[in-house]
Amino acid sequence: MARASNPGISKKSAAAFAEPQGSGSDNFSLRSLQDTLESDRRYQATQEELLHLYEQMLLIRRFEERAGQLYGLGLIGGFCHLYIGQEAVAVGLQSALEEGKDSVITGYRDHGHMLAYGIDPKVIMAELTGRQAGISKGKGGSMHMFSTEHAFYGGHGIVGAQVSLGGGLAFAHKYREDGGLCLAYFGDGASNQGQVYETFNMASLWQLPIIFVVENNQYAMGTSVKRSSAETEFYRRGTAFRIPGMKVNGMDLLEVRQAAKVAIAHVRGGGGPVLMELETYRYRGHSMSDPAKYRTREEVQGVREKSDPIEGAKADLLKLGVTEEQLKDIDKRIRATVSEAADFAEKSPEPEPTELYTDVLVESY
Amino acid sequence: MSTDEGAGRPMTMIEAINDALDIMLARDPDVVVLGEDIGFFGGVFRATAGLQAKHGKTRVFDTPISECGIIGVAVGMGAYGLRPVPEIQFADYIYPGLDQLISEAARLRYRSAAEFIAPMTVRTPFGGGIFGGQTHSQSPEALFTHVAGLKTVVPSTPHDAKGLLIAAIEDNDPVLFFEPKRLYNGPFDGYYDRPAKVWKGHADAVVPDGHYTIPLGKARTVREGEALTILAYGTMVHVASGVVESLGVDAEIIDLRTLVPLDIEAIEQSVRKTGRCLIVHEATRTSGFGAELSALVTERCFYHLEAPVERVTGFDTPYPHSLEWAYFPGPVRVGEAIERLLAAD
Repeated sequence: MARASNPGISKKSAAAFAEPQGSGSDNFSLRSLQDTLESDRRYQATQEELLHLYEQMLLIRRFEERAGQLYGLGLIGGFCHLYIGQEAVAVGLQSALEEGKDSVITGYRDHGHMLAYGIDPKVIMAELTGRQAGISKGKGGSMHMFSTEHAFYGGHGIVGAQVSLGGGLAFAHKYREDGGLCLAYFGDGASNQGQVYETFNMASLWQLPIIFVVENNQYAMGTSVKRSSAETEFYRRGTAFRIPGMKVNGMDLLEVRQAAKVAIAHVRGGGGPVLMELETYRYRGHSMSDPAKYRTREEVQGVREKSDPIEGAKADLLKLGVTEEQLKDIDKRIRATVSEAADFAEKSPEPEPTELYTDVLVESY
Repeated sequence: MSTDEGAGRPMTMIEAINDALDIMLARDPDVVVLGEDIGFFGGVFRATAGLQAKHGKTRVFDTPISECGIIGVAVGMGAYGLRPVPEIQFADYIYPGLDQLISEAARLRYRSAAEFIAPMTVRTPFGGGIFGGQTHSQSPEALFTHVAGLKTVVPSTPHDAKGLLIAAIEDNDPVLFFEPKRLYNGPFDGYYDRPAKVWKGHADAVVPDGHYTIPLGKARTVREGEALTILAYGTMVHVASGVVESLGVDAEIIDLRTLVPLDIEAIEQSVRKTGRCLIVHEATRTSGFGAELSALVTERCFYHLEAPVERVTGFDTPYPHSLEWAYFPGPVRVGEAIERLLAAD
């Protein structure tokens, strides 16, 4: 029987789930974590650290470019949501987690989050092409990929639905007293789903170890945040639930990394949930079938030129003494990795028809 | 049925459910019970009475009125390795949670190619007979039997309620556990104008002590017979039994106990023997679970049938308040259907 392997049930302390205190006390400050971040905005990465993060971002970018091509060739069917432009978010946040101890859950734009965890690009690409060797045997596809090994609880195709699951994961961390926290991603579009707020309430009421991450890429499919949201400052939306908010430049890798540090320290210290808004931008359409007529070419070009996260990290690396030559070598290596993944995904066999009926229930009947 | 301990005592269905939860909370530290009003208050039907005091607020706790959130949080708990038992206060309140039940709980295993499962048992009182009107009386089981990846259980006695609930909690798939609320305190036979019966003294109200399970997917033959087969579950098992007794008909009554997985062998065997089949449920008729049963019986037993399959069900209307007993498929309609079936040749 396959299942999430989280052995060992720790002793429960009654204090862990104490009676909620109500909100009479005035110990809540929306901007408490924001002030901490603003006092020291950027993470001080070593050259080695930054090179590693840069490589991860570049891998996501090149992987996604290739996925776009495979889609165009008809090798990837159905839905395919690319992460290009948003790389600093997944890489900056997840590099601050304790892998295996902390859990991550996200929506349908999930390729980048998996790559940021160092999951083999081959099995991710093979999932996109729907092959047996894919990480979900081709049964999940682009939007639904999982990894027990990395405590990655998936890509989820229903907008906002994963946020409640993140609440449950955080509950389980607290219940097991395993010291882990949950990073639950969702978008500016999902921010208008009711169950997100049901989860905010429960997470704060029960003081769960969870970081809610709004990846605000400015457009819910084709609808800009201004046209869909009464409050476009998403980090403020936890106020009613006494969840401190943080507004972070999601295009700056080192700021994201620093913000993660601040939020994680708060959550691990027993401070309860954090709501983090990362302002970011997707360069491509919502999915591959999106002509992107809701914004101008100039707008996209402007973001690319002024605040591309990979170019930003490159500039930081050059300042740290990395040479152009080194960066070219990295790019070459990554292109080779991605080509290998694409070949693998193209050549792997499709699942046997008998797979249709496997994994429906634990036992068949 | 597997039993640790033998002796038993009479219980109501509420007490049997409470006992099952109590035993599972004590046996398995991964079991948590959550829902609206279930902790401090003990549940609107008292199914969780005393459990918070005994097992603590970490194991048995109140949630906000957030059905979608409750189910969603339970999916996450289950994926992580816990065994949540959320209560949805009335089955009529489950609809906000459908997104989580259908798109997450039921499908997580398939789309992760079995990397993750979402064990959970959603307990929810369902069915009519208590003047609950359209938002406290519905029988939405067919919505869930239609969804691949879910199991659907409906007990009809205190004995079965306990054994099936323990089996459901120990099951690694998401289970919808529909509790016929009209049976909580007694075996209701559909005669609403007669004094209410209590469980005390009923053979199936004797509930064994300790841990035991009734496997999901095994029907129970309530009564053996040769003249016709009656397929029923929940409250309608008792309605059918009452009618059969009063008419003195040699009917075989099969209590399905679980709709998914379905004990098709038991059904097939019985209908092949009797050649006549009546299906009874409270839910509305069109696309109700009876339609599936009728199709299965026709497909599998066609050459053994001596009469068309009959269904007695709720009408295709919202569950009414003032006309409850016209809607409810009670003894009169069940009796007429039996007579029609026996007269056909």
